[in-house]
Amino acid sequence: MKRRYTALAALLLLVVMTLPLAAQDLASFEKRVTVKTLSNGLTVLILRRPEAPVFSFFTLVDAGSAQDPLSQTGLAHMMEHMAFKGTPDIGTTNYTEEKVALAKVEQTYAAYESERTKRVGQDPQKLAQLKKEWQDAMAAADKFVIKNQFGEIVESHGGVGMNAGTSYDDTTYMYSMPSNMIELWAAIESDRFANPVMREFYKERNVVMEERRMRTDSNPTGRLIEQFLGTAFAANPYHRPTVGYASDLQSFSATDAISFFHQYYEPSNMTIALVGDLDPDQVMPIVERYFSQLPAKSKPAELTTVEPPQNSVREVKMRDQAQPIYVEGYHRPSYLDPDDAVYDAITDIMSNGRTSRMFRSLVRDQKIAAAAAGFSGFPGTKYGHLFAFYGVPLPGHTNQEMQKAIQEQIAKLKSQDVTDEELQMFKTRTKADLIRGLASNEGLAQQLAIYQTRYGDWRELFRYLDKVDKVTKADIRRVANKAFQNSNRTIGSIETVMDPAAAGKGTN
Amino acid sequence: MRALKSRFVQVLFSFVLLAAVLGTAQVTPWNQLKFPPLPAFHPQQPTRIQLANGMVIFLQPDHELPLISVTARIRGGSVSEPAGKIGLVGLYGDVWRTGGTKTKTGDQMDDFLEARAAKIETGDGSDSTTISLNCLKGDFDPVFDLYLELLRNPEFRGDKLELAKQQMYTGIARRNDEVSSIVGRESAILAYGKDNPYAHEEQYATVFAVQREDLLNWHQQYVQPNNIILGISGDFDPTAIEAKLRQTFDSWPKGPQAKDPDIKFTSPKPGYYFVQKTDVNQSTIAMLDLGILRNNPDYFAVSVMNEIFGGGFSSRLFNNVRAAKGLAYSVGGGVGTSFSHPGMTNIEMLTKSDTTVVGIQALYEEIDKMQQKAPDADELRRAQDQILNSFIFRFDSPGKVLHEKMSYEFYHYPLDFLERYRSEIDKVTAEQVTQVARKYIQKDKLAVLVVGNDAEFDKQLGTLGSVTKVDITIPPPPKALMEQMGQQGPGGPEGPGQP
Repeated sequence: MKRRYTALAALLLLVVMTLPLAAQDLASFEKRVTVKTLSNGLTVLILRRPEAPVFSFFTLVDAGSAQDPLSQTGLAHMMEHMAFKGTPDIGTTNYTEEKVALAKVEQTYAAYESERTKRVGQDPQKLAQLKKEWQDAMAAADKFVIKNQFGEIVESHGGVGMNAGTSYDDTTYMYSMPSNMIELWAAIESDRFANPVMREFYKERNVVMEERRMRTDSNPTGRLIEQFLGTAFAANPYHRPTVGYASDLQSFSATDAISFFHQYYEPSNMTIALVGDLDPDQVMPIVERYFSQLPAKSKPAELTTVEPPQNSVREVKMRDQAQPIYVEGYHRPSYLDPDDAVYDAITDIMSNGRTSRMFRSLVRDQKIAAAAAGFSGFPGTKYGHLFAFYGVPLPGHTNQEMQKAIQEQIAKLKSQDVTDEELQMFKTRTKADLIRGLASNEGLAQQLAIYQTRYGDWRELFRYLDKVDKVTKADIRRVANKAFQNSNRTIGSIETVMDPAAAGKGTN
Repeated sequence: MRALKSRFVQVLFSFVLLAAVLGTAQVTPWNQLKFPPLPAFHPQQPTRIQLANGMVIFLQPDHELPLISVTARIRGGSVSEPAGKIGLVGLYGDVWRTGGTKTKTGDQMDDFLEARAAKIETGDGSDSTTISLNCLKGDFDPVFDLYLELLRNPEFRGDKLELAKQQMYTGIARRNDEVSSIVGRESAILAYGKDNPYAHEEQYATVFAVQREDLLNWHQQYVQPNNIILGISGDFDPTAIEAKLRQTFDSWPKGPQAKDPDIKFTSPKPGYYFVQKTDVNQSTIAMLDLGILRNNPDYFAVSVMNEIFGGGFSSRLFNNVRAAKGLAYSVGGGVGTSFSHPGMTNIEMLTKSDTTVVGIQALYEEIDKMQQKAPDADELRRAQDQILNSFIFRFDSPGKVLHEKMSYEFYHYPLDFLERYRSEIDKVTAEQVTQVARKYIQKDKLAVLVVGNDAEFDKQLGTLGSVTKVDITIPPPPKALMEQMGQQGPGGPEGPGQP
């Protein structure tokens, strides 16, 4: 869920209001941003920001869990984990022998998996034997592993904030380093994406299973979200969990992961942004020298399935050992929709801060909710997705009251214009959010990579403000009336059942 | 930077051959690279001023953007609130801002500030409260006036107190919904003891007991110039701002000095503590003890030991429990350190129900190894490098530098503590690492908390030692509050926290 506004956001937006910032900043950024598409198709952006001798990077692979193959949910996320496992040069004592051992692991796993998944005629003895062969092969391969050497190299050379993330829409990698480590960075990051090795794959699968247990199975909100998305979407892969279904996580192989890698970690499907104390004239040649190692392939095909219109209200009602929560979502088109900025206006006016409609109505005035908001971009934005509202009832108040109050707010949005003040507030806040993101190396690297990928030009980061400026009160009413239709609605809720035996037996 | 290891030369050699054969781009393998020294970087230090009334002010000009930011940290926090009114300081930190000033309601303040895109916020912590502002330089005077009004004359209006209480009741009602919230709370109770203020948790009754007068009294007692450290950063003229601040605060008479709370710390009672949660398929294990203060001479060795043991992607816990055994996604921890009181030592992992005991044993094994064998030179050097090479990120912006100095001032630490830390880390030896591991992580002294579903455990916890069942039932609201909430009570028809 979206974080509350921060003090920083508000203070920065003043800069925007008083100075003709968008235009000015774009001009100043034009001078400082260097963009190059390497011969293999990889796009690299470098922004010089010499405040301190450090830099941050953000690598975006334009493929996420929406690209998971059928029966292999969780594979994009799994690949993200595997990108920390090293290369022929990182993480092994002897790659020549390890390579042979890893091939044996795959071969034995395929044999085991083929027996394990037999619907008819499975031989338990054979299965046990095949499992043992697979496990022995893994143990043999493990002997060559230098554990987590990739992370160790980064951290012992001063890297901080090392992380990665997989969403439905993309997979991202990031950390920051002292600026004298730029060539080390180029060496290990290019190696990581040119020559990944699927070592310790099946142990890492268990790690991911633990991640699933933590985020989804053992967490009431996680359980609700998985069920809710599974109900709201039918055709689009947004209906499947990014972390993957347990059965898929216990089935797919390292061979599957590397095949996903070859298909989607393709240079023309990747963007890298670097921001900090870096001279592009010196750094771009280094980046080019190392990253040209990534072999050019063909850009993967776009997902063509479009979610068909929803024509009836859907509902998932969970009975669970947790306090009530209410959510409802409405389908809207992808971020490329011409009304994208209008949806953002609705998000802002409904949810941004103490003056927002949801806070003032449900929390402050009606005193029925501890928190309430409406926001776009759930669970992604690349494809048609949801505009969702939620309410967290105060003790003694109910989901029915949340639903009623949210419906009232939606009705008001559809029938009356928002005020001039509200609309103006949205516009200034948007500029603030933009500027806030520009105040740090990490934030800048992220924004540049995302906008370059999503719009083919990082300048859209600033040009988007023109679209925001054009949003009118009539636009907001028109879009609210178009999107917030009852037949386009999916409802999700948790109703409290403290008896463990009765819990989990939801209706619908 | 550090010399590179040589043990990968063989691998590297084969890589070079391979590259030559395949004719790939001419790149240098990572372990052959030489790095230029990091350019000298001397971050600007803030100016410290102490007024006659005891107030300490730090000035940190920063002209990158036309903005000004102020934060005042005030001595006195939730560990000093009375046991019958736990939640008082949390409510205070919220209602100080939302309750407005004598002349403006909180809502009016929202309007005033939003029109200028400025922010004034208040907050609370265990040992202090804060009041901060952010605004455009050109708006500083009117926004700072409002800030001063809130600092000196807050109103704590009753409607906002009630709103804040409702939010807190919601937190209480929901505190057993998620495992992480149970673990966080019960860990503090086990490590510090339930009567220690660092483990206090609000209850319906203690929140209900807080009145507006309590907030006014708290303010009166603690918000005195001699209890305040104020930091200002941004685009201002230091001479002019110093004059303005002196003029503003010089006339404020000294008040009663906030006393450091007198808190007794006793080690937890060792053993296993179990919370039953039937709707999960994963156990959370937390091994707990009292940690140390940062002015402890062992602090530097402990920092290095923590890095080796459980800090980050290359620690032993991550390597052995997560990567090698695949037992956990989330695993880590070490000896806790704090500025003003013993930190909380916590070694934690999340593992599937049927490897709960296996998981506990895996953590024990790592503790044993840490105590039995000193890290080799490589491992020690890597841990030190990890701390030293990333040191720049502690002061890569003027705001971070200001924040550090304010912390040292608040806790009466030397203002050059950070510089000292760097040189001390470099001196830590392998023997010292082992010594502190033995001294501060003792298996037979740990309280081991497990939250999970014991019907699915690999073995019962009783096979490891004596087990105390922890009751997390939420005490019901007092009758008067129950009536106010309506007949249903906090948890809907079935009530809160029924087993």
